[in-house]
Amino acid sequence: MQYLLLIYANEAETAALPEAEMATMMAGYGEFTKAIVQAGNFKAGDRLRPVSTATTVRVRNGKTMTTDGPFAETREQLGGYYLVEAANLDEATAIAARIPGASYGSVEVRPIWMQG
Amino acid sequence: MNTTHVEDVFRQEAGRVLATLIRLLGDFELAEEARQDAFEAALEQWPNTGVPSNPRAWLVRVGHNKAIDHIRRQQLFRDKMKYVQDAVVTTTVAALDDDGYDDAAFGDDRLRLVFTCCHPALNIEAQVALTLRAVCGLTTTAIARAFLIGDDGMAQRIVRAQKKIRDAGIPYETPPPALLDERIDSVLTVIYLVFNEGYAGTSGADLISEDLCREAIRLARLLDALLPDRPAILALLALMLLHDARRRARVTPAGDIVLLEGQDRALWDRAQIDEGLALVDRALRVRGPVSPYAIQAAIVALHVRAPSAEATDWRQIVGLYEVLLRLQASPVIELNHAVAVSMVDGPARALDLLDALSARGGCGEHHLLPAARGQMLQRLGRRDEALDAYRGALAMARLEPERRLLTRCIVVLEGSS
Repeated sequence: MQYLLLIYANEAETAALPEAEMATMMAGYGEFTKAIVQAGNFKAGDRLRPVSTATTVRVRNGKTMTTDGPFAETREQLGGYYLVEAANLDEATAIAARIPGASYGSVEVRPIWMQG
Repeated sequence: MNTTHVEDVFRQEAGRVLATLIRLLGDFELAEEARQDAFEAALEQWPNTGVPSNPRAWLVRVGHNKAIDHIRRQQLFRDKMKYVQDAVVTTTVAALDDDGYDDAAFGDDRLRLVFTCCHPALNIEAQVALTLRAVCGLTTTAIARAFLIGDDGMAQRIVRAQKKIRDAGIPYETPPPALLDERIDSVLTVIYLVFNEGYAGTSGADLISEDLCREAIRLARLLDALLPDRPAILALLALMLLHDARRRARVTPAGDIVLLEGQDRALWDRAQIDEGLALVDRALRVRGPVSPYAIQAAIVALHVRAPSAEATDWRQIVGLYEVLLRLQASPVIELNHAVAVSMVDGPARALDLLDALSARGGCGEHHLLPAARGQMLQRLGRRDEALDAYRGALAMARLEPERRLLTRCIVVLEGSS
C-alpha cells in the first residue's frame, strides 16, 4: 500500500515561531526524512509555499478560469494529486486545466518550496 | 546641463527602465531600488560627464550592476540569487551600452510588465494596484487615496502581489498567441476599472478623478502602440476618450452633477470626440466577433453625435443595448437599456423593465436602480412613489455629488404637491 501524508499547520503561527524553535523543527524534518528514506518508506515529499502563492484552476464549459488563492469550496474534498515540473505558473495552470477533475471540482496549484 | 534636464530624462525613462530592470532581476522591489540607485548615480555623474547618448541603456546597466552588488553584499535568499545569476547568464547585459539595444526591446519589456501585473492568478484589486504602481508609476499613497483605503493596506496589497508573482512563478513575458486574446481581456478589464473609478467614483467627495481617467487612457494608448490594430483595445480607447471628452460638462464648478440632458454640449472636447469616433469606426470595421467595448463605444458615439438629448437616435441606442445584453448581460446594462427604452416607448414600459430587474435582485446595494425608478415614477406623475424611490436611493448613495443630486430631486418633488 502507498499512503499520502498531508501536513496541516497554521501558517501565521509557524511563521511567528522563534528562530531557535524553527531551527529545531527544520532539523526534525531533516532527521525524519533521512529516517524514512533509509527505511525504504520514502516516495516523495516537499515543503509547499504558503497559501498566499496558491492559484485555483477550474474548467467550466470548456473555459479555464484561474483565481487567486486556495478557495476550494467546503463541499470539495482532496481527492488526488500530481507533482509536475513546469517552466512557470502559466504552464502549471495549463496542465492543471487538463486534469479531468478540473471540470468537476477545482485544482489548487501551489509551488514547491525548492531548497538550496 | 542642469538637474532639471536630468529630471526630465528620469521622468521620460522611469517606466521603461523599471520594466526592463524587473525583467532582468525578476523582482519588483529589487528593481525599484535599483532604479533609484541608478538615478542617484546619474545625478552625481551626469553634471560632469554629460547625459550619455543612450541614457536609458545607461540607467538600466548601472541599476542592474548596483542590484547585483546589493545582492552579493546582503547575501539575500539563495533562490533569488540563483534567479539573478540565471538571468545574468541568459541576457546580454554587456550589450546595453550598444545603441543597438533599441526602443523595440524596451517596449517589449513594458508590455511584459503590463501582462504580469494583470495576470489572472492575481486578484483584481491587486492587478489594479500593481499596474498603477509599476506601469503608471503612481505612488502607493496616490493609489490608496484613489481607492479610499489606507496607505498601509495598499502597501500590503502591492507587496503581497509582488511576492506572489515571484514565489508562484507568474511569468514575465508576453503571452503566447493561444493565450493572447484572453490576457488582453484581463488587461482591458483592469484599464476600464481604473477609468470607471476615475470617471464616476463609487464614494467620496468628487465625481471625477482626472488622474485615474488620464492614467487609464495613457495605458490604453500604450497597449495600442505595443499591440496595434486589436479591435478590443481600439474600442476601449475610443469608449474612454468619448466618455472623458464630456468631463467638463458633467460637473459644475461647485462639483454638482449635470445629467446628460442638461449638459452644455459646447463644453465637450470636440478634438477628443473626433479621435474617439475615428477609433470606433476602426474597431467596428475589423472582421470577427465584436467586443462589448465596441458596442458601448458605439452607444456613446450616438450620444456625442447628437445635437441635443431629444435629437438623439434613442431607437438605435436601445437596439445596441439589446446586442450588449446578449454579449454580456449585467444588471447595470439592463438598467441603461431600460432608461433608453423610456426615451422611445415612454416611462411606463421602462418602469416594467426596472421592476422586473428589481424582482431578480437588481443592482445589489447600488443606488442607480432606485434612482432610475424614481425618475420613471416622477415622469408618470406618481409623486409619492417617486419620493420613496429617491429616498431609498439616497440611503444607498455614497458619493457626495450623487447624494446632492438625489437631495435636489427630493426637494423639487416635495415642493411640487
